Amino acid sequence: MTYELIGITVLWVFLYGYLIVASIDFGAGFFAYYAKVTKRDHLINRLISRYLSPVWEVTNVFFVFFFVGLVGFFPDAAYYYGQTLLVPGSIAIVLIAIRGSFYAFENYGSKQSNVYLFLYGATGLLIPASLSTALTISEGGFIKETAEGVHLLTGELLTSPYSWSVVFLAIVSVLYISAAFLSFYAHRADDQGALNLVKKYALFWSSPTIIASLTTFIAMSQHNEDHFNRMMELWWVFGLSVGFFMLAIFLIYQGKYYGWAFIAVMFQFFTAFFGYGASHLPYLLYPYITLSEGVVNDAMGLALVIAFIAGLFLLIPSLILLMRMFLFDADYVKGKK
Amino acid sequence: MFELDNVMLSRLLTSLTLGFHIIFATIGVGVPLLISIAEFMGIKKKDPNYTLLARRWTRGFIILVAVGVVTGTAIGLQLSLLWPSFMQVAGNVISLPLFLETFAFFFEAIFLGAYLYTWDRFKKPIYHWFLSIPVVIGAGMSAFFITTVNSFMNTPQGFEVKDGALVNVQPLVAMFNPATPTKVFHVLSTAYLTSAAILAAITAFYIIRKRNTEYHKKALKLTVGSIFIFALLTAVAGDLSAKFLAHEQPEKLAVAEWHFETEEGADLILFGRLNEENEVENALRLPKALSFLATGDFNGEVVGLDQFPEDEIAPLWVHYMFDLMVLIGFYSLGVSLLYLIVAKVKKWNENNKWLLWLIVFNGPLAMLAIEFGWIYAEVGRQPWILRGYMTVAEGATTSPNVGWMLLLFILLYTVLGIGVVTVLRKLFKKNPAESELERHYPEFTTKGEER
Repeated sequence: MTYELIGITVLWVFLYGYLIVASIDFGAGFFAYYAKVTKRDHLINRLISRYLSPVWEVTNVFFVFFFVGLVGFFPDAAYYYGQTLLVPGSIAIVLIAIRGSFYAFENYGSKQSNVYLFLYGATGLLIPASLSTALTISEGGFIKETAEGVHLLTGELLTSPYSWSVVFLAIVSVLYISAAFLSFYAHRADDQGALNLVKKYALFWSSPTIIASLTTFIAMSQHNEDHFNRMMELWWVFGLSVGFFMLAIFLIYQGKYYGWAFIAVMFQFFTAFFGYGASHLPYLLYPYITLSEGVVNDAMGLALVIAFIAGLFLLIPSLILLMRMFLFDADYVKGKK
Repeated sequence: MFELDNVMLSRLLTSLTLGFHIIFATIGVGVPLLISIAEFMGIKKKDPNYTLLARRWTRGFIILVAVGVVTGTAIGLQLSLLWPSFMQVAGNVISLPLFLETFAFFFEAIFLGAYLYTWDRFKKPIYHWFLSIPVVIGAGMSAFFITTVNSFMNTPQGFEVKDGALVNVQPLVAMFNPATPTKVFHVLSTAYLTSAAILAAITAFYIIRKRNTEYHKKALKLTVGSIFIFALLTAVAGDLSAKFLAHEQPEKLAVAEWHFETEEGADLILFGRLNEENEVENALRLPKALSFLATGDFNGEVVGLDQFPEDEIAPLWVHYMFDLMVLIGFYSLGVSLLYLIVAKVKKWNENNKWLLWLIVFNGPLAMLAIEFGWIYAEVGRQPWILRGYMTVAEGATTSPNVGWMLLLFILLYTVLGIGVVTVLRKLFKKNPAESELERHYPEFTTKGEER
């Protein structure tokens, strides 16, 4: 395997990891606020805060990993994205900063406040929307290269059907993934009241998710036909994704195997995300950067791969320890510890 | 004086983010060590005062760390957004420590989460203390890795430029560049010093406010003792840094010391001002001291600014930043020494009001010294972003809207700053140490009263 393939695989795995853990977090924020507004917060908010408290920082690190890794493995891509994403990137930073710090303020600091909860819920939907811009512009057509440098065509971005369908897909996926996970967690905690509520959320948000996926496909065929054709060549991967989706919905509806249901959700997104990623290649940024031209020199590539493997040896045991302490410790989940 | 072009706006926005982040980063690196020491002393001496100290510090710490995390994420992304050309080079040559920093931070975050939620979960308290060690190490490693990147910007090596392309890249050589050892030493010792100074200042303030309990006195002794040790180490680190600069980056030392002519037996200039002919006025001159500090020999030769082209010399005002930083360092050393002496002599009272006020001032001053030090470190490197290879003007983004982003981030940091202060005040006002000690360790307090 070449460094560029290892590099992009590592980065894509991290982005996938971020997609899952951040979706759980972002969606939970929205549900916590929604439950408060509809006066059902006594049912689920304790459950949500018990899960989120020990893991919120970890979520953030997945994201940092992705963009630091991108700078390392594909410095040219970092240049192009850095030049163009100043505004959406800065907005995402501000939202992440507000979300993270106000979460800490509320959770470790003073009493509950509606303002905090609102910010927490709103940022949960706005962050995925602003981050999805990076994937949108990677399809090409939103960047102009002149003698002075590379610029984002903001007008084109804001009027493109493709760009909006991605935003819509990002938001509904967040809510769907999060609700599926919370169903599992509530089931695990034996919390029937919470389970009934979050199960309803999961089923409710499933259909918009699949509709948004379809509209994104259609918009893609209009926006970047080459990529669309490459996606069609991988039709079976997306077919698998739909299969996992149906399995997940069945399992949640049937109401017994919530753990398996969530695993099916994870596979649904794994297949879709990697199908999208694989068909995106050879371009990292259409049509400016390809995988093989944008990759870092061999010495740095090797160093990063070694660092990555060494890091995993350190992190995986630590993560297992954390999960055993909080996620899979039944007493903790039930609130006895 | 300066025009607000893209380069200047990018510099302002970066310094704003870094200036804000460094407060929380310093605390994030330094405070875990003090928490760990306090918890260990509590176990060792079987004294709940220390354990409670560790608990309360942790509670405040976690809020500050959260702000450190989000502003750290901000600067990580902002570097690519504001300095894309520089990051393109950095990605090729120095991305290894950037990548490793993320691992170190990940490691720290995992154990911090575990440490925070398991205070009463273990039968043997020492197991809980074990969880603090990876936090201390992870925090220190983060500082180490990120400082190697900054060192690289000062003394880049480990690559060659051939026809405009970077070849023969050696990541480890780039990481362990000449500036790395002294810079890492200096960053770590000052982070521990400043964290101890802040905690001591808070404690001293409580004692002045008539919270003169056993708990506060023990906290003060522990923190001021730490200040003394780390101030000594910082003095050593500062001395080594000056010698490193004289050897490897003489223009940066010369600009800080207003050392214009290369000479042997150079005087050390403290403060003062420059007149129109660029002559130093009203300064305190220590004969031959600069030569001694730079070379270890009173007659050693120190390279002056005359050896460098005018457009490669940093603004001369960094002299004040440098002098203020050093002055505050010695203030910390002096005040902590004074406290320790007064505490040693039985007849004297170390909780004297004046002495306590000196310790209170030391907290914010130490943080100011961190800011002055970083301003000197960054402005003193000008015009370079990568010394000898790339100027800041070449590294900056050309995209519009940097000015609006600057306003956006001023707003963000104002909100975060106000939020942090409000939350911390509320957190500790509602819950004084005495009542918490009673709640957590009822048997200890009653026993204490019998004595």
